[in-house]
Amino acid sequence: MSATQVQQTDEKPQFYLTEDHHPENSTMLGFWLYLMSDCLIFAVLFATHGVLGRNYAAGPSPADLFDLNIVAINTAMLLLSSITYGFAMLQMERNAKMETLVWLGITGVFGAIFLALELYEFYHLIHEGAGPTRSAFLSSFFTLVGTHGLHVTFGIIWLITLMVQVGRHGLIPENRRRLMCLSMFWHFLDVIWIGVFSFVYLLGVIG
Amino acid sequence: MFGDISLTQFIFGRLTWEAIPYHEPILVVTFAVVALGGIALLGLITKFKLWGYLWHEWFTSVDHKKIGIMYIILAIVMLLRGFADAIMMRIQQAIAFNGNEGYLNPHHYDQIFTAHGVIMIFFVAMPFVTGFMNYVVPLQIGARDVSFPFLNNFSFWMTTGGAIIVMMSLFVGEFARTGWLAYPPLSGVDYSPGVGVDYYIWGLQVAGVGTTLSGINLIATIVKMRAPGMTFMKMPVFTWTSLCTNILIVATFPILTATLALLSLDRYVGTNFFTNDLGGNPMMYINLIWIWGHPEVYILVLPAFGIFSEVVATFCGKRLFGYASMVYATCVIMILSYIVWLHHFFTMGSGASVNAFFGITTMIISIPTGAKMFNWLFTMYRGRIRYEVPMLWTVGFMITFVIGGMTGVMLAIPPADFVLHNSLFLIAHFHNVIIGGVLFGLMAGLVYWWPKAFGYKLDPFWGKMTFWFWQIGFFFAFMPLYVLGLMGVTRRVSQFEDPSLQIWFIIAAFGAGLIALGIGSFIVQLVVSYLRRDELRVISGDPWDGRTLEWSTSSPPPDYNFAFTPVVHDHDSWYDMKSRGYERPLQGFKPIHMPKNTGTGVILAGISVVLAFAMIWYMWWLVAVSFIGIIAVSIAHTFNYNRDFFIPAETVAATEDARSKLLQERT
Amino acid sequence: MPKPFSLARRSILFTLMLATLSGCNMVVMSPSGDIAAQQRDLIVISTFLMLIIIIPVICLTLYFAWHYRQSNTAAKYDPEWHHSTGLEVIIWSAPLAIIIALGAITWVSTHKLDPYRPLDRIDAARPVTEEVKPINVEVVALDWKWLFFYPDYGIATVNEMAAPVDVPINFKLTASSVMNSFYVPALAGMIYTMPGMQTRLHAVINKPGEYEGLSSNYSGDGFSHMRFKFHGVDQAGFDAWVARVKQNGTMLNRDAYLKLEKPSIKEPVRYYATVEDGLYEAVLNMCARPGQMCMKDMMHIDMMGGAGVESHENRAKLEHDNRHASEETPGATFPETGNPARSEEPAEGVEERQEEPATMNHDMHKM
Repeated sequence: MSATQVQQTDEKPQFYLTEDHHPENSTMLGFWLYLMSDCLIFAVLFATHGVLGRNYAAGPSPADLFDLNIVAINTAMLLLSSITYGFAMLQMERNAKMETLVWLGITGVFGAIFLALELYEFYHLIHEGAGPTRSAFLSSFFTLVGTHGLHVTFGIIWLITLMVQVGRHGLIPENRRRLMCLSMFWHFLDVIWIGVFSFVYLLGVIG
Repeated sequence: MFGDISLTQFIFGRLTWEAIPYHEPILVVTFAVVALGGIALLGLITKFKLWGYLWHEWFTSVDHKKIGIMYIILAIVMLLRGFADAIMMRIQQAIAFNGNEGYLNPHHYDQIFTAHGVIMIFFVAMPFVTGFMNYVVPLQIGARDVSFPFLNNFSFWMTTGGAIIVMMSLFVGEFARTGWLAYPPLSGVDYSPGVGVDYYIWGLQVAGVGTTLSGINLIATIVKMRAPGMTFMKMPVFTWTSLCTNILIVATFPILTATLALLSLDRYVGTNFFTNDLGGNPMMYINLIWIWGHPEVYILVLPAFGIFSEVVATFCGKRLFGYASMVYATCVIMILSYIVWLHHFFTMGSGASVNAFFGITTMIISIPTGAKMFNWLFTMYRGRIRYEVPMLWTVGFMITFVIGGMTGVMLAIPPADFVLHNSLFLIAHFHNVIIGGVLFGLMAGLVYWWPKAFGYKLDPFWGKMTFWFWQIGFFFAFMPLYVLGLMGVTRRVSQFEDPSLQIWFIIAAFGAGLIALGIGSFIVQLVVSYLRRDELRVISGDPWDGRTLEWSTSSPPPDYNFAFTPVVHDHDSWYDMKSRGYERPLQGFKPIHMPKNTGTGVILAGISVVLAFAMIWYMWWLVAVSFIGIIAVSIAHTFNYNRDFFIPAETVAATEDARSKLLQERT
Repeated sequence: MPKPFSLARRSILFTLMLATLSGCNMVVMSPSGDIAAQQRDLIVISTFLMLIIIIPVICLTLYFAWHYRQSNTAAKYDPEWHHSTGLEVIIWSAPLAIIIALGAITWVSTHKLDPYRPLDRIDAARPVTEEVKPINVEVVALDWKWLFFYPDYGIATVNEMAAPVDVPINFKLTASSVMNSFYVPALAGMIYTMPGMQTRLHAVINKPGEYEGLSSNYSGDGFSHMRFKFHGVDQAGFDAWVARVKQNGTMLNRDAYLKLEKPSIKEPVRYYATVEDGLYEAVLNMCARPGQMCMKDMMHIDMMGGAGVESHENRAKLEHDNRHASEETPGATFPETGNPARSEEPAEGVEERQEEPATMNHDMHKM
């Protein structure tokens, strides 16, 4: 980054840079802003669940429906995938391409298990007659959890794409930047899930 | 799901010949005109072999200047459509008395007022504002482009895609008949079963993606790409207002996206977010949509405030009075705009304390707004005002806008709002601030920056005609609505019983006619200016004796904006440079790093339009195909690592030398 | 800030000015009900307060715009003058002072004129005493007409209501299908009516007369004609009106309601001499149709923690929005919705009205 190399002389102020100006790369800031906007979408869904979460329409309530054991395993899968993504980033810092790819692969597997468990849960609920059209509570539950699941799905697609790209081009600066972005995205989804787990599942069953 | 339906239905979903309105004379004529115009245009483009030029130089361009111009072209085209809707409503309301049902039945009238609102806000004001921010901000901060040039191109095409979806509803199917915010339960699938609300949802969703991404892009640009020496408190005011506007965009458009997504789930999946039954809550939608909707008002008006600030300083030949308080006022407005949304529905029965709270926060906004007004006023004080067209718009704004502000504060008092809400008084109020504030600002900006973009000034005579027709037409069109509001007349009514109202509607229709002349003069102005472009040519690049960096480069600016990145010492940096003996560099040019054009934005937006159309008409196979297409194209795009190039130093030198020659010839 | 006394006088003057300005009937500025009159006063006071700022701003703008024009070289030109702490203080504090005044007025008046708050005065001179017995009216906004229940008299009307002058009216309001807004400009401000929910409004009419009532929140095709007459009459006139409703009216039971509830436009005035018990409650709770579960029962079950997994049959009992879907024969090509896009008919069920038995029609008699 070329900082301001301006000499404040009284006589002839310098009005332009004679060297080429390279502004700081904005990708991280831009991606962070995107994540914040995404966070607002989740905020709306959480707020909706806050308003509608107890409107069971004379139907089943969280206590009737949720199996906290599955959810606990699910949460563990996602938390583990965050840790393994962290390992992948550490390997990236060491410039170890193969190790990075292996850890990314493990992260993807954990993500896929998470998704599979979630789909199983959804299938089970719908099979019981507790689908998203049953009550406002279930509408907001399916939408909030489903939107998170959709994000994880896209995260996995992105992860696979990046693995191919790293495999092809190695840990070049562009790929490192992309891995950083996906890292932020992945951890962001983890944080959202902690919110889902506490507010939707735990509070739903206990509160 | 697909078991018992025929092949045609599988392919076309619910789209049938019935959806084509060939039995509606108005629409058939409109379609004929649009089709003939379109064919003529396409024919001309083909005849002059412009397709390649358009595709390579414009459609796929990642140059922020070209994208900005395309945004504004989109806005002007859509303004014609939105205004056509307005004049149809004015005529209907002027004649539908004494049992005369007018020429529009409710089915049409309801679509027209919905389309008018949606188009004017989303596809006129938004692209107009975004266009200016795109064009001007990088130039004002001494940058060569925005942070994410490809994203910028993609954002533009998504906005255009949304506009195309809304326009399609004119000839295939129908548009929503719900009002521009589509309140449920009316917009739910049981009370609005047709495709209208679906067109509305998908048009806004596609455009909303573009708006959000362009907001992120411009924030990153302003934060990261400013020229050396330009601290936040040395940024031009327009850049400041753009920053605040884009923060508002990023912080509110996701809410709109999520809210409309929930409404579409209700309509497509049968969930119960906003239904009356099974635990749904329509009031939730109304709160959410206004949490987006009120900041949206400031998204539009803040850049207009920025334009007025630039214009008033330039044409008074004087530094803006109270720069710091202007900046703080902008930030305060930005923050306050989040905590006033409930004033749009005081009459929904929230308690007195809640209503009073939101009423008072609303009034508080008028304090920074008033401070801004005084700042412009005292910039004129001890100035030397040149009455070029942009300055006329600014003075017109200052007079008109305070009236709108006053009626706004009246509406902010909950008990007064109980008698004025949903009345024509309210309609008059928000047109007063949106026309008097936003539109006047955009027109001022257009005349102000036109020479920067095209190298010649706009013809001042027709510019003044435009201004006076708009200004007088505005008062004729909307003052009667204030009166009608006080007579207890409410909005969205297509037929009237009380004959004493008619005269006021006729005056309003006359005003709309004057505004039509204003729009006509504007178009004449563009044509006349183009024909007289050699007389109006601006060689120096600085026709108005400007004060900010965009005037330091040539008009139109070269692709790379600045041959050398400027260094900023003071605000009004170009004025500072001029007064301290800046000399244009003539040698030592270096190669310039620039982004490459790409067609991915056009392709992605095109497939998004197809996806939206398929969703609207329930063509599920096409939904699947286009969705997979979007993902595939996006992934393919990421495999392209070769995204930039260098403009060789010789090219830069040649461009700059050519300009030096021009400047010498002139002197 | 000017003294309240002169303020009141000036505001009256201003009102007169506004009223004469047009020579037309500005009902909002000269209403006939005490609540609307107080709301009018607020409009006038706030306008006046703001004009303290607005008029100088407009005058200064015009003066500066003229005085500092380029051709006037006599005017002082100071291109570097851009800051003055004194002026900055004034330009922030002057609007602040006005807003503090307006804010205080807002806080007090919003509580005083809260539509949920029972009246404490009949007009500026007369307080509501213990003896004053308010009249109750239950309002239902239907597609696209108004239904008024008078529970104290056991009658109901469509598209016409009456109330005795100087008697507080307690409205309870709801709707059957979409949002509307109940608005009688001469009487009081508007309030939304929403299905499955109840809003409230307290008002009083002080002058006898025939006033316009309408829906002020857009609700679909028939919205423009969703109007009714509001009759302010003296006690004797009101009793006569009640008697006439009882004499000419039919029975409003659930069946009649469900027929009435179907969408229709320009509905004539109807009278109902008797009303089935609890009909308004049923409408409010969206359980007027036989076999439906009422909202309040549902909410009770939900509060107790839901009805468990084996409660599938409850869903059908709670459906409300799709109640007209089965009556339509959906076009074969429109499986998902029902109505063809851009159909010739204005809306679902509009034409059905004409097939209704004529016995239900009772054209309005002039008062």
